[in-house]
Amino acid sequence: MSEQSQGTRFVDRLGKVYGIYTLGFLGFFALMAIVEQLGAGAQLIGILFLLFTIAIYATIGWLSRTMQVDAYYVAGREVPSFYNGMATAADWMSGASFVALAGGIYFGGYPYLGFVVGWTGGYVLVNALMAPYLRKFGCYTVPDFIGTRYGGNLARFCAVVILVVASFTYVTAQINATGTIAARALAIPFEVGVWFGLLGILLCSMLGGMRGVTWTQVAQYIVLIIAYLVPVIWMSNAQGFGIIPHFTYGDAALRIQELEAEYGLVAAAEAVAGLKVLTTAHFDPQGGLDSWKFVTLAFCMMAGTASLPHILMRYFTTPSVRQARKSVGWSLFFIFLLYFTAPALATLTKLQLLDPNLATAVVGKAIDDVANLEWVQNWTAVGMLSVVDQNGDGLVQLNEFFMRPDIVVLATPEIAGLPYVISGLVAAGGMAAAMSTADGLLLAIANALSHDLYYKIIDPKADTRRRLVVARVLLVVIGALAALIASLQLTGILGAVAWAFCFACSGLFFPLVLGIWWKRANRAGAIAGMIAGFVAGTVYLVHVYNGGDQLWAIDHLRFGMIGMPVSLVAMVVVSLITEAPDAEMQAMVDETRVPTGKSILAETH
Amino acid sequence: MSQDNRRLHWAKTSRLTYWVLAIWVAFAFVIPWFAKDLDAGSFLGFPLGYYMIVQGSLIVFVLLIVGQNLLQDRIDEECGLSDE
Repeated sequence: MSEQSQGTRFVDRLGKVYGIYTLGFLGFFALMAIVEQLGAGAQLIGILFLLFTIAIYATIGWLSRTMQVDAYYVAGREVPSFYNGMATAADWMSGASFVALAGGIYFGGYPYLGFVVGWTGGYVLVNALMAPYLRKFGCYTVPDFIGTRYGGNLARFCAVVILVVASFTYVTAQINATGTIAARALAIPFEVGVWFGLLGILLCSMLGGMRGVTWTQVAQYIVLIIAYLVPVIWMSNAQGFGIIPHFTYGDAALRIQELEAEYGLVAAAEAVAGLKVLTTAHFDPQGGLDSWKFVTLAFCMMAGTASLPHILMRYFTTPSVRQARKSVGWSLFFIFLLYFTAPALATLTKLQLLDPNLATAVVGKAIDDVANLEWVQNWTAVGMLSVVDQNGDGLVQLNEFFMRPDIVVLATPEIAGLPYVISGLVAAGGMAAAMSTADGLLLAIANALSHDLYYKIIDPKADTRRRLVVARVLLVVIGALAALIASLQLTGILGAVAWAFCFACSGLFFPLVLGIWWKRANRAGAIAGMIAGFVAGTVYLVHVYNGGDQLWAIDHLRFGMIGMPVSLVAMVVVSLITEAPDAEMQAMVDETRVPTGKSILAETH
Repeated sequence: MSQDNRRLHWAKTSRLTYWVLAIWVAFAFVIPWFAKDLDAGSFLGFPLGYYMIVQGSLIVFVLLIVGQNLLQDRIDEECGLSDE
């Protein structure tokens, strides 16, 4: 594949290429199943799965190498909507979605489901308010839009800062997830796993930029969705929950409610650090404050979705405005496939552990029998599970079964007694999810720094070669920094993810939306909106996180609820008391709203 | 591509967007808010409130985007402003 002719030829053959790839992956899966029958252990299968898939991603990354600016920043704007949908879904579904979402639902109940609604409903906003218009604009990065729409380096710089903070918070969580998975599958220490994960991530993105990331993300989506759906459907069939469990697990949910009433949801007599017992009802909304917490969480996640640069920039890569819109639809469809499976997984796994009528149950069983189960031993050995007979009655009580929420997805195949090959598949899927998101985020950060900060602000005369070298150096440096912070394990996988959404929506949501939807919005207003929203949100986060009083029951996961209103008010007020944007700027906004005609920014800039 | 045409196009586009956002509010906020009350009902063997949150609203979001895009395509074509 030579540099010049590769583009069109490759794009024309996408169906064939990814069809063969999918069959190849399924073939590898079958091969591993045979290897298992021949007597290979779980360890070997896990290692083979990870190494095989990462080798494929790295190959795609190598084949996509480029020295062209538009290929590096926006994949040459030739990604068809269907494939951009898959790439966005992989970009979007992080280690948190894959590894931690079902576990969160398992332990979190109704309040937690705000994430499920928030992380899907946000795409309605992306489609209605942002994606088609940003595509028409023709920017390379999100700060590129802010900088051009409002004019001036200060506005651009503010957007870069918010982008870096939001995305960096997020990327450490992803590298943390790759570390967790690699540590478990390869039996290496977590701190080493983190660096191993980073290496895989950089192999995909460094040479090809957005082009490399796009085509690896499509490959990663295929792996991650197979890896998520196969175990759930297999488990459901093995345990007699129905062929496709998604539409029939209502009974299981009701049965869990019965069992919860029977066992009682009580806190553990003695806590085990880092692990949890089930204390929240599976689904028991209280109304009132409970509802308020749900919708505020959902709203922060939705507005965050519509402001996170690594997602928005995916819609810069389609050939047309219409394709950009269409690809938002595909994105949400592909995301939906995982998100409507996660609650089914959480419900069925919980039922298997709780229901004494099922062979897989642990609650109510003798403690010695449970401690001898192979999967319990495996996870106990790495400190992610613990069964302690705290009341000394020789039986496992609901509040004596401790688990790290993150492991629900990874442990489910073992709990249900599925073959090792499934666990290997799940590990590969989790790795794909975390790597693909980390790739998108690292690229978003490095591109903003190289294009907006370095090229547009510091050295506008830099030639193409220099720009692309700077972009790559930044990618490596930022990746290393993120891995270093991840290896310190400051927050759980999910805490940091919610923060990223809140940072993004506090600072960027209104400047982006009003930049398109309100012609009167001007530079001073946008700068005020970005700074005031971001600072207010951050100050509130620090305040609440350190034990300060909460305003309107808004905790540290929802600080966007403080940042966003401040941002909106500041932006509107300052815009109105300062001069309206000039005629040229207003004409530019008009032009952005029309799907036809040339993009606002030149094809390469 | 006259100015009137563009004005009409944007008026129609905005109206469509407001409708989409109204439906979005209903399924993203109003229904989850009343999950407790909805749980009295049932759908496919699920308590209704639970069903809407884990599946129903999600399906509506997907359909909402597809529907908006079909209508937007039609608006673009009517106004002669389609980019394909």
